[in-house]
Amino acid sequence: MKPPPFAYLRPETPEEALAALASEADSALLLAGGQSLMAMLNMRLAQPSLLIDIGSLGALSYVRISGGALAVGAASTQSALEHRSGLVGEAPLLAQALPHLGHYQTRNRGTVCGSIAHADPSGELPLCLVALKGEVALRSVRERRIVQAEQFFLGALSTTRRPDEMIEEARFPLRRKGEGHAFRELSMRQGDFAICAVAASATADGLRLAVGGVADRPVARDWPLLEGGTLDDALSDFAWDLEARDDMHASARYRRMLVRKLGRAALEEAMSCRNG
Amino acid sequence: MSKRLSPDAQHRISLVLNGRAAHGRAEPRMLLSDFLRHVLGATGTHVGCEHGVCGACTVRVDGLAVRSCLMLAVQAEGRCVDTVEGLAGEDGTLGALQLAFRHHHALQCGFCTAGILMSLADWLTRTPKPDERALREMLSGHLCRCTGYTGIVRAALAAAAEISGRKTAEEAPHV
Amino acid sequence: MNTADRTAEAGRLIGRAIERLEDAALLSGRGRYADDLPVPPGTLHAAVLRSSHAHAELVAIDTAAALALPGVVAVLTREDVKRWTRPFTVGVKQPMEHWCLAVDRVRYVGEPIAVVLAEDRYRAEDVLERIDVQYRPLPAAIDTRTAAAGGAPLLHPAVGANVVSDRSFRYGDPDGAFAAAEHRVALAIDYPRNSCTPIECFVVVAEWNPAEGSYEVMANFQGPMTIHPVMALALNVPSNRLRLKTPPDSGGSFGVKQALAPYIVLMAAAARLAGRPVKWTEDRLEHLVAANSATNRVTRIEAAVRRDGIVTALDWDQIEDCGAYLRAPEPATLYRMHGNMTGAYDIRHVSIRNRVVLTNKAPTGLNRGFGGPQVYFALERLMQRIAAELGLDPLEVIRRNLVPSDAFPYRTAPGALLDSGDYQRALDQAAAAGGLAELKRRRDAARAAGKLYGIGYAAVVEPSISNMGYITTVLTAAERQKAGPKNGAQSTATVAIDPLGAVSVIVASLPQGQGHRTVLAQVVAEVFGLQPRDIRVTTEFDTVRDAWSIAAGNYSSRFAGAVAGTAHLAAVALRDKLARIAAARLNVAVEDVRFADGKVHAAGNPDNSLSFGRVAGASHWAPGTLGEGAEAALRETVFWTPSVLDAPNEADEINSSATYGFIFDFCGVEIDRDTGQARIDKYVTMHDAGRLLNPALVDGQVRGGFSNGVGAAFFEQLVYDVDGTFRSGTFADYLVPTACEVPEPVILHMETPSPVTPLGAKGVGEGNCMSTPVCLANAVADALGVADVNLPMTPAKLAELMAIDDPPPRPPSSTR
Repeated sequence: MKPPPFAYLRPETPEEALAALASEADSALLLAGGQSLMAMLNMRLAQPSLLIDIGSLGALSYVRISGGALAVGAASTQSALEHRSGLVGEAPLLAQALPHLGHYQTRNRGTVCGSIAHADPSGELPLCLVALKGEVALRSVRERRIVQAEQFFLGALSTTRRPDEMIEEARFPLRRKGEGHAFRELSMRQGDFAICAVAASATADGLRLAVGGVADRPVARDWPLLEGGTLDDALSDFAWDLEARDDMHASARYRRMLVRKLGRAALEEAMSCRNG
Repeated sequence: MSKRLSPDAQHRISLVLNGRAAHGRAEPRMLLSDFLRHVLGATGTHVGCEHGVCGACTVRVDGLAVRSCLMLAVQAEGRCVDTVEGLAGEDGTLGALQLAFRHHHALQCGFCTAGILMSLADWLTRTPKPDERALREMLSGHLCRCTGYTGIVRAALAAAAEISGRKTAEEAPHV
Repeated sequence: MNTADRTAEAGRLIGRAIERLEDAALLSGRGRYADDLPVPPGTLHAAVLRSSHAHAELVAIDTAAALALPGVVAVLTREDVKRWTRPFTVGVKQPMEHWCLAVDRVRYVGEPIAVVLAEDRYRAEDVLERIDVQYRPLPAAIDTRTAAAGGAPLLHPAVGANVVSDRSFRYGDPDGAFAAAEHRVALAIDYPRNSCTPIECFVVVAEWNPAEGSYEVMANFQGPMTIHPVMALALNVPSNRLRLKTPPDSGGSFGVKQALAPYIVLMAAAARLAGRPVKWTEDRLEHLVAANSATNRVTRIEAAVRRDGIVTALDWDQIEDCGAYLRAPEPATLYRMHGNMTGAYDIRHVSIRNRVVLTNKAPTGLNRGFGGPQVYFALERLMQRIAAELGLDPLEVIRRNLVPSDAFPYRTAPGALLDSGDYQRALDQAAAAGGLAELKRRRDAARAAGKLYGIGYAAVVEPSISNMGYITTVLTAAERQKAGPKNGAQSTATVAIDPLGAVSVIVASLPQGQGHRTVLAQVVAEVFGLQPRDIRVTTEFDTVRDAWSIAAGNYSSRFAGAVAGTAHLAAVALRDKLARIAAARLNVAVEDVRFADGKVHAAGNPDNSLSFGRVAGASHWAPGTLGEGAEAALRETVFWTPSVLDAPNEADEINSSATYGFIFDFCGVEIDRDTGQARIDKYVTMHDAGRLLNPALVDGQVRGGFSNGVGAAFFEQLVYDVDGTFRSGTFADYLVPTACEVPEPVILHMETPSPVTPLGAKGVGEGNCMSTPVCLANAVADALGVADVNLPMTPAKLAELMAIDDPPPRPPSSTR
């Protein structure tokens, strides 16, 4: 379990990183926290010619409020976001979800944007980004562009990011007044990828539920304010539409059940904390 | 412009290991865990899975507990790395955490222990008064096959109390 | 006088929960594990090419492109292996060949095909993908039942069947008992594959010495040393030409590192090919796919039961799946429990059918509990089912069937001699001290609140110190007669005194983290009236220099009963010689010599004393002055084997272990109605492991075994697809429980000393691997009111048992 040979570059600026990426886009990979990529390298599931280490780029290491969103730079760790004072008020969903993301030790090094770029269908951060209707800011030597979260994720480990692009920052909309959020997850063990995770939002007019770990990417659905059997029916429809599959740890039936049960619990909690 | 390190060459890496300057040579692909063990001879850091799950290889990099199997040696250039070898005093005197581990039988084979100690050394500075639930969540980043974790939890809570008690005493105004 | 009383303060150290002598080094990064040790200059690093197919003919292996790469020195393939090695000895009389590398076929995913030797491990791995292997795929035999029924593709054509052993046993009159039975209760169990996965993987450093025709190997092997002859025969050298050494520290084993044996042979052959030392450090992917697994077992068990719940007969039908090869000491997993197949119960009529089947999965071997988890899962689930079907209290069913307190030593129907115990008292003490009444109230309250809550029980006899002869029960009496009898459990310890009177202990116990050095220091220090820190204990092992026998090693929970006891015998023998020497100098009768506080003194007159060092050094400095009748006291090596371990007799009765502890567990489990997730509310485990030598270390063993049991119960499984694809290849797929999943059990003890072992101690390290999975399963069965519970009890499976409400999709026309 040793990585294959590769060249290594630690650029001093984002521009330098992008230039290197542009020149070898076919075979270079960006390395940020490496908490997914390094494991893949050790298993030789990735064999890049060049690793461009953006993990220590000071210019991309920030968590700040910008345009009604929490903007997290490419070099910022999950831990930095998790321990941001005020996170509970700014983005309560993230505050609830982050402790489920891997472990203390991997969050110390893993980046927020790296987790989004990795696009694991069970990942908590992609789920939150979709749930909150966040955005991904992409940048290459050619251009900058903004992609809505729901358009960003294409499938398992697959996104609209082009090979010469870097996620410059991820933007999580701040909680607005009257909005409630809740997060629920079932994993086999603490810190494991979710068998099913749900992120719920509620406002005065409607409900939104995003589900991770069931489809090949996080998927969200909006409803008007529903309750009782109508909500159950809506959740059941949603559960079926996610086209769950069986795997070693759980059946599709079971995942549908979790969408219904966890979804309902999370939506109820989100509704109850709208005015908190 | 930064220097691109070629894949097949050995590159000089300088870091501060347990408070002392250390140097070695490594190809870009060499894992920090291998560099610490086989180049710098710090074999107290152990390798258990090399995919970031078991936690045996956890060390502190610039104070933070991280997996040394998920880091390249070249990424440690210029950084402060702390390993289990640095926990005891110069004369081998065990620190509060180590003593608590021995007292509470928090280890058996000792293979996962170094990583757990390094996680705690970081975490307890940020969480001086931990509750058991939070402690267990942090410990979930480590796999131990021998102890069932009971002794580890007891030792960590005892060490936290001991350390914070000592701090309180130190900080208490002299009257 | 009893020589054991010569120590002024018996019990001063033995039985005390002292801190471990191992820990200061291990807590400071100063442990010396196999991968930490220096290797000879020029050592090459190995990487193993492994099969990607579950079953295929090996058509061609082309290494030309690989050998052209920089840094590569050699590639070991089947031709080399055929030249220098032989197939491993097999425990049943069948013409099956198991080489250290695949020769004609691959038979499981992960089977070694070639070994690359390069300047470092990184380069060695670069080469793996450049070796071109041509396979001709064959259909795979994966399902155990199908393979047993003869419906699966054949693994070993020379054998002619995938069932390689089929034996039936009858003890008492099971037919009569079943014919007369008021009730029959039956259960079918599929026990899954799992493995204890120590956090340290395998390490081998091998050298070939052409001048001597010998191999020298350092490996973190754990024994049993019965495997040493197997390895020497495979390497085709006299056994004194295979020197095997082990490192000072081990990163855990739980039986698993027994499976180093084929790799020791493989790397020895690789070193011979390269003409240089070779080091191989297994990685986690290799470990999970190919190192070792407990057997998966298909069991049908049936009881003949009276209406009061008394079991009059048992009928076992066990199909043991040992994977692709029967690797020594298999099929030992199936026979280790043979003497105690009646568990803790007084059941006189037993029939057993044991089949061993091969499938295209990794070979099996030692894993903590070794055969116990499989047997007790069936037996204790059955006891719970008997209660459920007869409408009785499950604890009452257990209690009514227990071996009576006044029946010890008790000979079971299949031949075990349960040496001591008081099972009823253990139940009573556990129920009282463990708060069973309160637990029942919690259950009732939880149920009243609409929750799913159950209580489980398990009673288990925990065997320790295996009889070397039990495995021959797989052979017929006639085959055994031909092969010659096998029995016993030779243990050895050496206690030595150096010229300054410092005491050293050397044992062949191959500890894997349990703290053997601490316990031995306690035992020996007490004998000499010294402190544990005064005793130097060496546990690294060397087949050339050490005293050892085939039973040496770290398995079958033999340390406390056998090894520590033998060390005590050696220390006492040496001390009694010292007493003679001291008697002359103190001018007292030898009976009146006492050892305490680092001194040797006269009984009743502590002032008449000599320092221990002076007496102890006398045999070195002045052997001519020892006095009449006194022998030099320099070094004692004692071999000890339990007298109760005979070979299996004509009737296939076998006392499979020397001593038998007792465990009684109960627990409360709540299952979340929304998710199916189980939560252990409370777990109580009562142990009678005879005399406890260091209670803190005993509790550590209990907690560790419990943690393994929780893993087996809820999380761990080595999963194969129907085509043999392996699904549990990383630690993100093979789920070892973390601190969040393992609660703290309540541990209770009672001590009924063993009359068999020198110190009265019994094994304790494996019991919870046997009792905990089934105790938890019984609680789950009680909570859900279901009969069929199989491991691991994942939330998804438990939700299925709760009957998932999965309303069908509504037609698209409905409002979405």
